[in-house]
Amino acid sequence: MTRKLPALTPENRAFWQGGADKELRMHHCGECSRFFHPPAPICPRCLSEDVAPKAVSGAGKVVTFTVNHQPWHADLKDPYVVAIVELAEQAGLRFVTNIVGMAPEDVFIDMPVSVCFEQVEDVWLPLFEKAA
Amino acid sequence: MMFDRLYEKDVAITGIGQSEVGRPSNKSAMRLTLDACLEAIADAGLSRDDIDGVSCWPGDNNNGDAFSPVGPNALIGTLGLNVNWYGGGYEGPGPLAGVINGAMAIAAGLCRHVLVFRTITEATRRQTDKGASALTSKTVGRDTSAAWQWYTPFNVLSGVNLMAMYAQRHFHDYGTTPEQLAQIALTCRANAALNPKAVYRTPLSMDDYMASRMISTPLRMLDCDVHCDASTAIILSRVDAAQDGPNPPVRIEAIGAALHQPWSWDQLDLTAMATRDCGDMMWARTDIKPAEVGNAQLYDGFSILTMMWLEGLRLCPRGESGPFVEGGRRIALTGELPVNTNGGQLSGGRTHGLGYVHEACSQLWGRAGARQVAPHKVAVAASGGGPLGGSLLLVRD
Repeated sequence: MTRKLPALTPENRAFWQGGADKELRMHHCGECSRFFHPPAPICPRCLSEDVAPKAVSGAGKVVTFTVNHQPWHADLKDPYVVAIVELAEQAGLRFVTNIVGMAPEDVFIDMPVSVCFEQVEDVWLPLFEKAA
Repeated sequence: MMFDRLYEKDVAITGIGQSEVGRPSNKSAMRLTLDACLEAIADAGLSRDDIDGVSCWPGDNNNGDAFSPVGPNALIGTLGLNVNWYGGGYEGPGPLAGVINGAMAIAAGLCRHVLVFRTITEATRRQTDKGASALTSKTVGRDTSAAWQWYTPFNVLSGVNLMAMYAQRHFHDYGTTPEQLAQIALTCRANAALNPKAVYRTPLSMDDYMASRMISTPLRMLDCDVHCDASTAIILSRVDAAQDGPNPPVRIEAIGAALHQPWSWDQLDLTAMATRDCGDMMWARTDIKPAEVGNAQLYDGFSILTMMWLEGLRLCPRGESGPFVEGGRRIALTGELPVNTNGGQLSGGRTHGLGYVHEACSQLWGRAGARQVAPHKVAVAASGGGPLGGSLLLVRD
């Protein structure tokens, strides 16, 4: 599946390249001890600049999802699942991703998932599979 | 939320105009824009020389693509306008930002009569490029956009995937059904049959809806609005300069422009988006109550968004838009709350924002022809999905 890749920046690099070390890295505030996303040089909650990427477990659950049937281009003929996954570490810590490795029609809200990575060039996309 | 200045009370809508709504149109983007703007100026009983401000969302974004091919910069010269203020740009509270900003310019004393317009030529563009409205077309090469870079790598190539996830969560949390969602599309089509300018006017049944191709579960083709070529224009006037025109002024009683969460498509309230922030703000700026609304023009770029606007603007309780629209009786032209009376964007055409204001005024002025609803004084127009959201409470005294 071809993918549009993100331009890497000092802020987002840890998220997009953590997979090289098999780690999902989310920005974390040392002051209020909370994760936040998307990554930024400052904590949006307490405005502390004591922020840095921190590895998380990669466990989470499906908040919502959709099975895309529209072939936006020739390489996307097969249905695929777009989802928002919430990570186990913190309520509300979530991002858009794909659910892979299973029949699209079997995905459901609250399904437990775990991260896996798909490398394309210098980006390791954090995708999710149904948890064992 | 407390407000001690209500700037919008100084502003009224005095005229409206709209070009043909083509799929496609043979007219140029500027020709469509002029058709709408000149009609609106004349409708307000004004002349070109009375216009001293121009406002547009989103402007031409310095590239004039089909999403917004004409902005204030080009129009000012073409119409020979002398303006004291003008503005455009994508960042703001959704497709009604042009109205909200223009009204601010009047209330701030910069202008007396502001021309607000919105032109779109996506029908023509899509004849040569099916991906013209894709999110990936917003950036070349790697995705550099603050928002889309978090979605396009996962092949979210259209807004429909995001809206579909909102819909799925709404179904999950509130038990909303496909049959209930369908009612938005069916109501729009029934209304469009009475609107000579609407793109799709042939009757639509529940069976037709259910047979409609799935785009992104649970949203089908008929849950997505229809591209068109069109321009819509509105004249905003300072209330003391609005009394002598041919139309009874439609006052801007209250606006909703709030965003109390991140500008993001996945970090926000997934079953309300910005609609509740707008509703909270709008109703805090007026003594009018939701039950007084006589026509509601609620954004239907995707059908689920209309449901969320119904809830967010307190036109029905949260989570109850499904039962509220079920069967279609309440939201029909003869119902207690007629919705998207010109066919909305689903069947009328994706005029993208100002079409809702145009229709709200047409109804308030009794000019809606075969689709005219019962006489009333209060209307609401709301536009946007995801973090984009703005609403207007309009009153004809």
